[in-house]
Amino acid sequence: MAHRVSTPRSAILTGLTVIAILMFVVATLMALFYAPTDPQGMVQRIFYMHLGAFMGGSLAFLIAAIASILYLVKRNFKWDMMALAAIEVGLVLTGFTIVSGAIWARPIWNTWWTWDPRLTSAAVMWLAYAAYLMLRNGFEDPDRRARFAAVYGILAFSSVLFTTFITRVRPDTIHPVVVGPSPQNAQGSFEVNSSAMRLTLIFNILTYIVAAITLIWYRYRLERFTRQVQALKMQVLSR
Amino acid sequence: MIEIKGLVKAFGYMPVLRGLDLQVERGSFLALLGPNGSGKTTLMRILTALSKPTAGTVLIGGWSLPAEAAAVRAQLGVVAHQPLLYDDLTAAENLHFYGQLYGLPRPLRQGRVAEVLARVGLGARADDLVRTFSRGMQQRLAIARAILHRPHVLFFDEPYTGLDQDAAAMLDALLRDVARDGHTIVMTSHDLARAHALSSHMAILSRGKIGFHGLSSDIRPDSLPALYAEVTGAASVR
Amino acid sequence: MTRIAHKTTVQEASQQPAGAPFWRVMVALTAKDLRAELRGRELINAMLLFSVLAVLIFSFALELDRQARATSITGVWWVTVVFAGMLGLNRSLASEKDRGNLDALLLAPVARGALFFGKMFSNLIFMWIVAALLTLLITVLFNETLFLPWLAAVMLLGTVGFATVGTLLSSMTVHARARETLLPILLLPVSLPIILSAVRASTAILSGAPQEDWIAWPQMLLVADIVLLALAYILFDFVVEE
Repeated sequence: MAHRVSTPRSAILTGLTVIAILMFVVATLMALFYAPTDPQGMVQRIFYMHLGAFMGGSLAFLIAAIASILYLVKRNFKWDMMALAAIEVGLVLTGFTIVSGAIWARPIWNTWWTWDPRLTSAAVMWLAYAAYLMLRNGFEDPDRRARFAAVYGILAFSSVLFTTFITRVRPDTIHPVVVGPSPQNAQGSFEVNSSAMRLTLIFNILTYIVAAITLIWYRYRLERFTRQVQALKMQVLSR
Repeated sequence: MIEIKGLVKAFGYMPVLRGLDLQVERGSFLALLGPNGSGKTTLMRILTALSKPTAGTVLIGGWSLPAEAAAVRAQLGVVAHQPLLYDDLTAAENLHFYGQLYGLPRPLRQGRVAEVLARVGLGARADDLVRTFSRGMQQRLAIARAILHRPHVLFFDEPYTGLDQDAAAMLDALLRDVARDGHTIVMTSHDLARAHALSSHMAILSRGKIGFHGLSSDIRPDSLPALYAEVTGAASVR
Repeated sequence: MTRIAHKTTVQEASQQPAGAPFWRVMVALTAKDLRAELRGRELINAMLLFSVLAVLIFSFALELDRQARATSITGVWWVTVVFAGMLGLNRSLASEKDRGNLDALLLAPVARGALFFGKMFSNLIFMWIVAALLTLLITVLFNETLFLPWLAAVMLLGTVGFATVGTLLSSMTVHARARETLLPILLLPVSLPIILSAVRASTAILSGAPQEDWIAWPQMLLVADIVLLALAYILFDFVVEE
């Protein structure tokens, strides 16, 4: 049986990869050199990547939730692979958000971490999706694994929405809100007041969104090939 | 009573049933044989609506699976190799509980529970906890549970697992007795001689397909092991 | 074996009523669990003993003096209930699965949602028994009266939400290789919104803060409960149907 396991990268993916890399370079250079220095000093420049990665990660989790619903409805393993790919990428990006936030907080808040509602909700989000990967490891049968993972993917997303919502309505957060009015108690607020800062921010967010989509695509391809190899192995063994 | 056409079931990329066709007539007793891994358990799980087929059609009493699973479930009774009973409940409580799930109203249930318990020879033990029962008694109670709601079709999945000689002989008698009621029965077994003695039809599963299907009376008991070995391609037969 | 008079014919069988109504299945399942538990008392004893031990450990570890009590006693209450509840959740579905009874339940012509709610209610009742004892224990040991109507309402709402998510997830983890360890890992992050709001609400109520300061928490709990109940009801079908 002639099976083509690997398919050549499509032109769109190649194009997307080039765009993502170029954007990433430009976005990083903009954050480091183009944007004016804030009164907080150089450390404020982290903010562009911090928010960008968060937006990319959130998008990845949204994609995972939609893919999970689609898997339960259609029972096509395509959606299971998509959800897995999106969650892994989301974990990396939100992980970066948390770490970059901690680096910023050390000089500004004088601590790496604090049990602030926003930080707590981010940590819970990360843990819920790490648990998703644990869940996948717990089940052998591929059908059951995909089904349970999809159920958990939906549940995790709803609880993340809830945690986010609950912690956001609390007024006692010290986390600054840069876009929109900052909470009263916010410490280390700064303003995105120049057009150069605004442009850098928007470009960074766009970059991380494109990067997230590109990474999910690659991870999806890898997962598909892995499963095709497994299927071929099974075919050979059961012959 | 049971019609299966082109049934395929794959777990992930692993096909277990590969285009299986099978007909079971109303009132017949089909013994389903096959080595481990031939798909017997998977077939039973699909027929009992616990598992959904990947492709193909399954009709039980005219209702199709999995679309009309609820209608199918109401007409099935299942005895598995596990007794499917609660240890901390008495025999009668177990039956009452399942009677409730099958929607038997209380007055009808009272009579039915006493009736089936007497039938499987456990009338005197109705109020004893199931955990005090021997394996054979549990299996008889499992049969009482399966026939409680007067199902059209009975499935016995390796009912002899773990039974000693006496318990097995008792189960033989009970199965013959139940078979006379006119249920359609499908039983899986590893015991060729016993399956042959009880059944009206026999089918042998091999690699996810029916390798042989015929009347039990057409097969001489002594030629069965050879036939089984030929169909399954096994070198030796247990 | 003697054959006594009977007539189980197929003709007769066609007249049988098919399946039981939703609420009756629910009640039957919960009643079955409670009856079995009353006989063995394995689960409830373990949960109760665990709670007493947990309170003991907390009181030493946190050095719960007069001041610390006011702020952290509700936290101790919730953590203990949640962990004791997890003990119960692990057992309650495992006891169905290990003897194959989960299949027997699924073989019955009943709505899968009814099975879910039946299981959820028995889990909930076990948690309430633990919660009641715990409330009494804390009242006696720490001289903090937890018998307040609003506190009871928050405890009710919180446990309902937790039992909902817990029952759904334990019906999945029961099939896993390492189910006892997998359940807490899956359950804690997704039940956090409930635990978080419940603890906040309880602490505020106990401290005697004015109602407008904390009324948002029970409201949020109520919304969370409704959303989770609906979600679990829909998703349970996908968990049990292969």
